[in-house]
Amino acid sequence: MEPIYWPSFLFLLFSALACAFAIAVVVSTNIVRMALYLVMSLAATAGLFFLAGADFVGAMQILIYVGGTLVLLVFGVMLTSQERFISMKTSQGELLTAGLVGASLFALLVWAAWSVPEWRGLSREEVAAIPVEPTATPIGMGLLGARVDSVNASGYLLIFEIVSVHLLVVLIGAAYLARAKRKRSVIVE
Amino acid sequence: MMPVLLAELLPLTEPPGVRHFLVVGAVLFVCGALCMATKRNAIGVLLGIELVLNGANLNFIAFGSPYLRNDAGTLGLDGQLMSLFVIVLAAAEAAVALAIALNFYNSFNTIDVDQADQLQG
Amino acid sequence: MAQGINRLLDGLLEWALDWSVADDSALGYVLAALVHIFLLVNLIAVGALLFIWLERKVSGRIQDRLGPTRVGGKFGWLQTLADGIKLLTKEDLMPQGADKFLFKLAPYMSFCASLAAFMAIPFAGGTYPFVALHLNVAVFFILAVLGLEVFGVILAGYSSASKWSLFGAMREAAQVVSYEVPLGMCAVVPVLLAGSMDLVVIGDKQAGAFWNWYLFHDPFTFITFWVYLTCAIASVNRAPFDLAEAESELVAGFHTEYSGLRWSFFFMAEYGSMLAVSLLASILFLGGWHGPIPVASSLGLTFENGFWFGIAANVLGTLNVLFKGVLGVTVMMWVRWTLPRLRIDQVITTCLKYCVPIAAVGFLGATLWQYQWPNGMIFDTRAENFNVAELWTQEPVPFVEANPPDDTAGRALPVAEVARLQSLPRTDSEFLRIPLPQD
Repeated sequence: MEPIYWPSFLFLLFSALACAFAIAVVVSTNIVRMALYLVMSLAATAGLFFLAGADFVGAMQILIYVGGTLVLLVFGVMLTSQERFISMKTSQGELLTAGLVGASLFALLVWAAWSVPEWRGLSREEVAAIPVEPTATPIGMGLLGARVDSVNASGYLLIFEIVSVHLLVVLIGAAYLARAKRKRSVIVE
Repeated sequence: MMPVLLAELLPLTEPPGVRHFLVVGAVLFVCGALCMATKRNAIGVLLGIELVLNGANLNFIAFGSPYLRNDAGTLGLDGQLMSLFVIVLAAAEAAVALAIALNFYNSFNTIDVDQADQLQG
Repeated sequence: MAQGINRLLDGLLEWALDWSVADDSALGYVLAALVHIFLLVNLIAVGALLFIWLERKVSGRIQDRLGPTRVGGKFGWLQTLADGIKLLTKEDLMPQGADKFLFKLAPYMSFCASLAAFMAIPFAGGTYPFVALHLNVAVFFILAVLGLEVFGVILAGYSSASKWSLFGAMREAAQVVSYEVPLGMCAVVPVLLAGSMDLVVIGDKQAGAFWNWYLFHDPFTFITFWVYLTCAIASVNRAPFDLAEAESELVAGFHTEYSGLRWSFFFMAEYGSMLAVSLLASILFLGGWHGPIPVASSLGLTFENGFWFGIAANVLGTLNVLFKGVLGVTVMMWVRWTLPRLRIDQVITTCLKYCVPIAAVGFLGATLWQYQWPNGMIFDTRAENFNVAELWTQEPVPFVEANPPDDTAGRALPVAEVARLQSLPRTDSEFLRIPLPQD
């Protein structure tokens, strides 16, 4: 048997964690456990990013997604489940339909991914010959409009500015939407 | 026969390729879509949205990685830059969606999306 | 550091057992990783031991009393050990309505986040830096991982099934997440001055005497250091920002229902985080392993002179950086026992109305200062400095002429091209000078 290629082993480990926790999110019924499983799944995805050579994006995933967005979601979970935990279960028919549609979509995606010959992997020697390049500086320069990695690529300066304004708008909008209201009306069914 | 099949499917001795990353991305995407479709808790739907966006991010990174494919069709740094913007926009959209969910909870005292049927008909 | 330990262990195995191990065999790397983790966990644990004793002594002296004096001689330095033994023998409580799995998981999540931050902090630099994980984006990674500690807090507060714990946890989470913003802005200023997020590079650019430290680089960085210190104290929930775990407010906040060893994990995580942000401050602003006076290089202890001389210099540097870290933690303790506690709305006000604008002004000012006077306040003789001004003095070239269309699309890279790419320099600031393929 050939010796184990350790980056592949790590890839299998991280992808097993990500998939297992993603399936746990779907299967679980307790909303707090679902949020926790999502945190684990996203952290494992960040590991996959690092394995694919995207170190800056992996660090951003942990900083923004796991450390920011998910904290927000967990806050939301805490704020909206104050009374006793009403277990909101979906009916069996809905689950079956969703399961069938999901399985067929998954089969289609996997068949598409597996059938393109250019998307096979490289060999060990080819991978070893690729120079290891840090991606932080090229991404930073690219966001400022100067692409230093390839010749015919465009910069991302306009998108950067638009996203900055977008985030400001979202900040103001979300703060306004979630402001403290005067009274709370209870709708009786 | 089984070891040969497994060795073909799982990249244990060979480096992983784009297809393996795409399969993992597909799993995350389908789980997220199922979450969005079946959960009655509004925050559960939001968790599904985050999973879907992560599956898409994994696809972008896989196509833009130089270690997974060698031809000139690789996206290069574009894949990572697009992924970066997806992360930022997902955070923004989660904030707004959560504000809407909180409003809904404050008005109707329930977080069940099946109770949001006042605009029905 | 992993490769060094790997080679050492391979050599040891060959000498002892006559095995010949392949160079990239996994066993060496796994053993190297275990050695790193052993060292780091011991650092956090022994550090916590030291800091708890130090806190009691410092608080005692500030309050005009002596502190522990009985256990272990005149200075009571075994007091923490006695406390640890007491904590081990306490009853392991769990509230009745608690979520068992999350209740047990929460302290470990906090501790893991604290430990992960130490993996990227270098303790000495040079050609063979003493760092467990030599990352190119080290500053970013540490900020990201320190922000994960909040999950342990939220889970602890939620799973305790007690109103006070939940309130404390929410307040603490809000505080930590709010203070990440000015903390990040302050940490970016030394990154800007050094031109790299790699902590080894940032530390090594402050070599020489204390006037090379980034603290004295320009007045904006000086202001930024104090804002960083404030935000660091707030983000590890120390007084005066410790409303979330204050005894007079919320019983004990998110760790009310914890007892015994589980509680001590939270405290190890807290002291570990204090040491981590303090070490980060010392590397970013206070020169790291380079002392106020260049002792090691003036004695001739560098890697150029020999491997073991360099290792000796690195050991001195490690002691130096640990001393600065402990000094930072002592300052945090001093502040804790001197200033009164802030209310939660005052805490958030301090963040959003004071720290963020001052950090933004510091960042902008440091940028402009760096553009105008790249060599800092005092003339320094080091050759490499990340210099933006050079870029702007180049003659403008039409875009088509500077970027001629390349017709290499559709073909794999030839071997000569790969060899050329491999011969390119690897540091970040060299990216500005990559020659085009047509040259």
